[in-house]
Amino acid sequence: MTQSVSFKSSGQRLLMDKLARYGVSAGGVLVLIALLLIFFYLLWVVAPVFYGASVKHKQSIPLVDNHATVMIGVEEQNEIAYRFNMGGELRFFDLTEEQRFFPAHQLPIRVTAADRTVPSRGMAAYADSFGRVYVMAPKFKVTYPNDQRLITPTVEYPFGEEGVMVDPEGKGIRQLAFEAGEGEMAVAVITTDGRALLTRLEGEVNMFTDEVEWSSDNAVIPGLPAFVDQMLITPDLRRLFVRSGNRLSTYDISSIGRIRLMSVDSINYQDANVTDVALLTGASSLIVANDNGKITQWFEVAKDGKRQFTQIREFDAESSVNEIAVEYFRKGFAVATDDGYMELFHTTGGSRLLKEKVDEGNTYTLAFSPRANGLIAQTGNSLEFYKVSNEHPEVTWSALWQKVWYEGYPEPQFVWQSTSASDEFEPKLSLVPISFGTVKAAFYAMLFAVPIALAGAVYTAYFMSAPLRKIVKPTVEIMEALPTVILGFLAGLWLAPLIEDNLPGVIATMILLPTGFIAAAYGWSKMPKAIRQSVPEGWDVMLLIPVVLFLGWFSFAISPTLELWMFGGDARLFITNELGISFDQRNSLVVGLAMGFAVIPTIYSIAEDAVFSVPKHLSNGSLALGATPWQTLTKVVLLTASPGIFSAVMMGLGRAVGETMIVLMATGNTPVMDWSIFQGMRTLSANIAVEMPESEVGSSHYRVLFLAAFVLFVFTFVFNTVAEFVRQRLREKYSSL
Amino acid sequence: MNKWFKSGAPWIWMTAGAVSMSLVAVIGLLLLIASRGLVYFWPSPVYELTVEQFGERGTIIGERYDRELVPTERLTAQGIDIPEEQGDFVERFLFKTGNREFVPLDFRWILETDIVESVQPKNIVVVERLTNGNFYGYVEALVRDGETIPLAADPEHDKLYELLARSRGLYDQSERLLKRDIGGVNYQLERLRLRERKWEMNDNLTDVRVAELEERREQLHADYLVLEEELFDLRRQAGRDQLIIRDMRGESVTIGFDKVVDVFFPNEMHLGQKIAHWFHQLSKFIVDDPREANTEGGVFPAIFGTVFMVMLMAVIVTPLGVVAAIYLHEYAGNNAATRMIRIAVINLAGVPSIVYGVFGLGFFVYMLGGSIDALFYPESLPSPTFGSPGVLWSALTLAILTLPVVIVSTEEGLSRIPSAVRQGSLALGATKFETLWRIVIPMASPAIMTGLILAVARAAGEVAPLMLVGVVKLAPTLPLDGNFPYFHLERKFMHLGFHIYDVGFQSPNVEAARPLVYATAFLLVTVIIGLNLAAISIRNRLREKFKTLDQ
Repeated sequence: MTQSVSFKSSGQRLLMDKLARYGVSAGGVLVLIALLLIFFYLLWVVAPVFYGASVKHKQSIPLVDNHATVMIGVEEQNEIAYRFNMGGELRFFDLTEEQRFFPAHQLPIRVTAADRTVPSRGMAAYADSFGRVYVMAPKFKVTYPNDQRLITPTVEYPFGEEGVMVDPEGKGIRQLAFEAGEGEMAVAVITTDGRALLTRLEGEVNMFTDEVEWSSDNAVIPGLPAFVDQMLITPDLRRLFVRSGNRLSTYDISSIGRIRLMSVDSINYQDANVTDVALLTGASSLIVANDNGKITQWFEVAKDGKRQFTQIREFDAESSVNEIAVEYFRKGFAVATDDGYMELFHTTGGSRLLKEKVDEGNTYTLAFSPRANGLIAQTGNSLEFYKVSNEHPEVTWSALWQKVWYEGYPEPQFVWQSTSASDEFEPKLSLVPISFGTVKAAFYAMLFAVPIALAGAVYTAYFMSAPLRKIVKPTVEIMEALPTVILGFLAGLWLAPLIEDNLPGVIATMILLPTGFIAAAYGWSKMPKAIRQSVPEGWDVMLLIPVVLFLGWFSFAISPTLELWMFGGDARLFITNELGISFDQRNSLVVGLAMGFAVIPTIYSIAEDAVFSVPKHLSNGSLALGATPWQTLTKVVLLTASPGIFSAVMMGLGRAVGETMIVLMATGNTPVMDWSIFQGMRTLSANIAVEMPESEVGSSHYRVLFLAAFVLFVFTFVFNTVAEFVRQRLREKYSSL
Repeated sequence: MNKWFKSGAPWIWMTAGAVSMSLVAVIGLLLLIASRGLVYFWPSPVYELTVEQFGERGTIIGERYDRELVPTERLTAQGIDIPEEQGDFVERFLFKTGNREFVPLDFRWILETDIVESVQPKNIVVVERLTNGNFYGYVEALVRDGETIPLAADPEHDKLYELLARSRGLYDQSERLLKRDIGGVNYQLERLRLRERKWEMNDNLTDVRVAELEERREQLHADYLVLEEELFDLRRQAGRDQLIIRDMRGESVTIGFDKVVDVFFPNEMHLGQKIAHWFHQLSKFIVDDPREANTEGGVFPAIFGTVFMVMLMAVIVTPLGVVAAIYLHEYAGNNAATRMIRIAVINLAGVPSIVYGVFGLGFFVYMLGGSIDALFYPESLPSPTFGSPGVLWSALTLAILTLPVVIVSTEEGLSRIPSAVRQGSLALGATKFETLWRIVIPMASPAIMTGLILAVARAAGEVAPLMLVGVVKLAPTLPLDGNFPYFHLERKFMHLGFHIYDVGFQSPNVEAARPLVYATAFLLVTVIIGLNLAAISIRNRLREKFKTLDQ
């Protein structure tokens, strides 16, 4: 071989050397930083869920009229605010720099009573002294002249400009409750002569003329209390709540012909009086404010076959509450107290997110903007607009890891249910059921894998003949390379039905195999010496392979007979009917076997290394002193190798915890909390795989899934580090021996 | 006996049993996948059964798919009469009867006791179709361009195969036209639209440019019309001939040759023909596109996607891994910090792959991809270019996932090089870099190769992270095609592992798709085990080599 060698000037060579040194160092450090980046990136995405809320004053708009406020609000972009006053006037205010002026919209009536819908419906209703009700709604038109967003406010009369007659007798209206949906509304009124009436208006689009045809029904509300403080209609127009002092009457108004008083409950906090009641978004919960500053959440709970109004949880505002404002879509609410504080709460999170003194004076009316990123408040004679930053109120440490009493549930529970078709859905983001699933899956996998892997490792390292070991070890290790998607597919489509059909056979295998080994060994020890010596030492494995095959075949062959004999022909039916245990086809047994199979090579390989690298002079010394091979193994070798074995189990556990495809395919992925071996589970990793692609970027759900990934990362990283550390220590110890 | 127990021998045997169990499990599993996967391509015999159920006689034509024993008791409980002499169990067969559009179920369980007669007539034909799965029946006649050729005139099926070959040829031509030429025209049109949008956004869409664009567009449209005409013509020609088949209901069904993929007579085949057919089916499986929601046809796009993504990943991971390993082993001092880093790197290999997927989705796809879109592809927003999962992000994610494998393997290779070699080089006056470049890296190259192969093997089998960063069940286009710039790294791709998951668990007809999943699994296992064996043998060779160097 000829090679031309050129001697460049040494300066150039040294420069190259230097460049390479810096290049490689920079590259190496960069790669390592990139690996670190995973940790910090996950943390960075997760962190915002634990940030507190904040409120910042933005703008102040003076008010000119002396009328009380019916409703205030902001449109979606936080550019225009609006206010309905008791004079029947709707006025818009520009919140941007431009300070545009908008004309007011005035109802040509003398207002006697007024009410508003829930914030998301955004309508106000006015009653006059002739038994009519007028409905107004702010509308915002968005146009893009010159590619600039321009929002123009207008008013709309969704139920006609002429109003709706709600009292057939045409008497004046003293008190009004109003709620409306798409093409329907309900109004409860108390007239000046003390009658309580409910009116329901429904519109139907005529197929030919495209015009809306309205039909209205009236009925008397029976048994209304003499003094009514507050009336509330739920947005689904099925319930009417009437508060009289501390007592709340609930009416079923879903059918106008059959208005029914369902219950009367005392809803005040102990030794306190109720000051205000508000409907939480979704309208199955009531938020009740008391004069001692306690705020309670109530909803109907099914108990003993009856639905009963129950106090669910309480918050403390520490001072009497002027006004409760609920969010449009989430289960959060804000209150303004009479000592000038503004406070934010969230029911699912169960916590106060913020308490802040506002400098603009006491607030009397308060409303959220649609995206809950703004608050509009009315103080004495001005409107104040606040920017709110409160991205993830529903995710708190207690909501993630403790039992939470969700709306419609009979008791506090751990639930993972992240999405639903409805906007007003209460996300249930408890990590407990899926963490439980992870632990359960790992537990069953380890139950199966650890004994086999460790026993196999000990035999391979200590008893097996060297030539055989050279074949056996790589064969078992090749299992590790097997894609888990294949194991999962086999587990789900082959093993699960097989186990379901041959359950007695599977149980028989578990009993027959160990006993079979001992029986075979005993039989072998009774064989004539000539035959025994024909098999060289350390080849016993080969003798047992036919035993395994035979016993496996035998167990499955007798499985139908066993099933007939012990379970009356159908083991699955027997388990569900006689034992009362529900049976999933894709259950923990399947996962345990499949994932155990995936974990065995990891544990086997590391444990085998640990046992094999125990210095030979230790075991030889023990044998020389007269110990049997088994005694030497248990008393000397295993003890010495125990840190290595520990680290092997740790590594295996780390792998079982993070495995995705097998659990995804071999279980039903239902997040149940149950140790039963015949039921499935949902694990952290499978949960991420299932839900991540559908999750909205930046939402609480998205960040909680990142948190799940972060938990997995930290968990496995810690386990592996401990294992690796122990292993390195062990290596150092051996090298000194 | 007691003494035998005391000696500890039974426990030793128990440990030996664990090894035997593991061995049986590994080898059994591989055999299971191999047998089920390979049998898929074998032309299994087609039966014609006379069946009597609930007092009615009927004929069933189909392949036997599965069999099982059912306790008689369970059947009688379901109200099925079983003759007394049957004993405790009755055998039950699953038949694939095909003809999906004419019968309610294309799979049917039939009790052994219901079968009156079972024969394998020679002239039963299996027709593989583009849609609706297989068709089983008897060929009655062929129609060539309106002229009917009775069966008797074509005893060796020569004419049948001739017509089939003709229509297949035309079909392939039309597909190529559709995908390459018409697809190309559409791609050009889309690029024109984006260019126009870009000019519009930059406010330099002049009238000249508008006219230019219009002209190009007109031309492309004219091209398109010509191609379309050609396509319709090819399709018309392909549909010229028909096949008339009598099915198991006794009715004649006409199937156009343009709907037929393959025709064969499994009961007529001798062993040689069967083997040839097996290879033919295997090759079709590898080179064909999937059909019918992936439950039939081949897996070519999945193979292509897997290989393409893995190669891209290898290109990314090799330099990064090698540089990091060289830094750790040659440049970083041997102190506590380096040891910690080393442990951390090893542990990253144990971090669940789904975590890398989550990282890839958040960091690469949404953050990096989103920024790239905002900077370089504003014209196509809001539809994302790089801001959605794609093959580039998959390759990057898997590169990070496999980085520890390459680093660990390369470092091991570096540490096996005897220090005498290095010192020799340095003593002769070479700089450290020259020693590295001329001596150390060439000597460590087998180790680097091993690491790379292991990384590729791991990447090829990973599915969980890919589900988040770029894999789809059906990609309309490959990431590599004839349209400039040829490599489309932003595209989504298909993957063998995901194919298994998707077809096995998400497809509407799991029963029909199962053999295909086994075949795909076998393909994947073969590739991965092959790669691993290669890595092991390279590593062993390497160890032998340095053993001699040491002495």
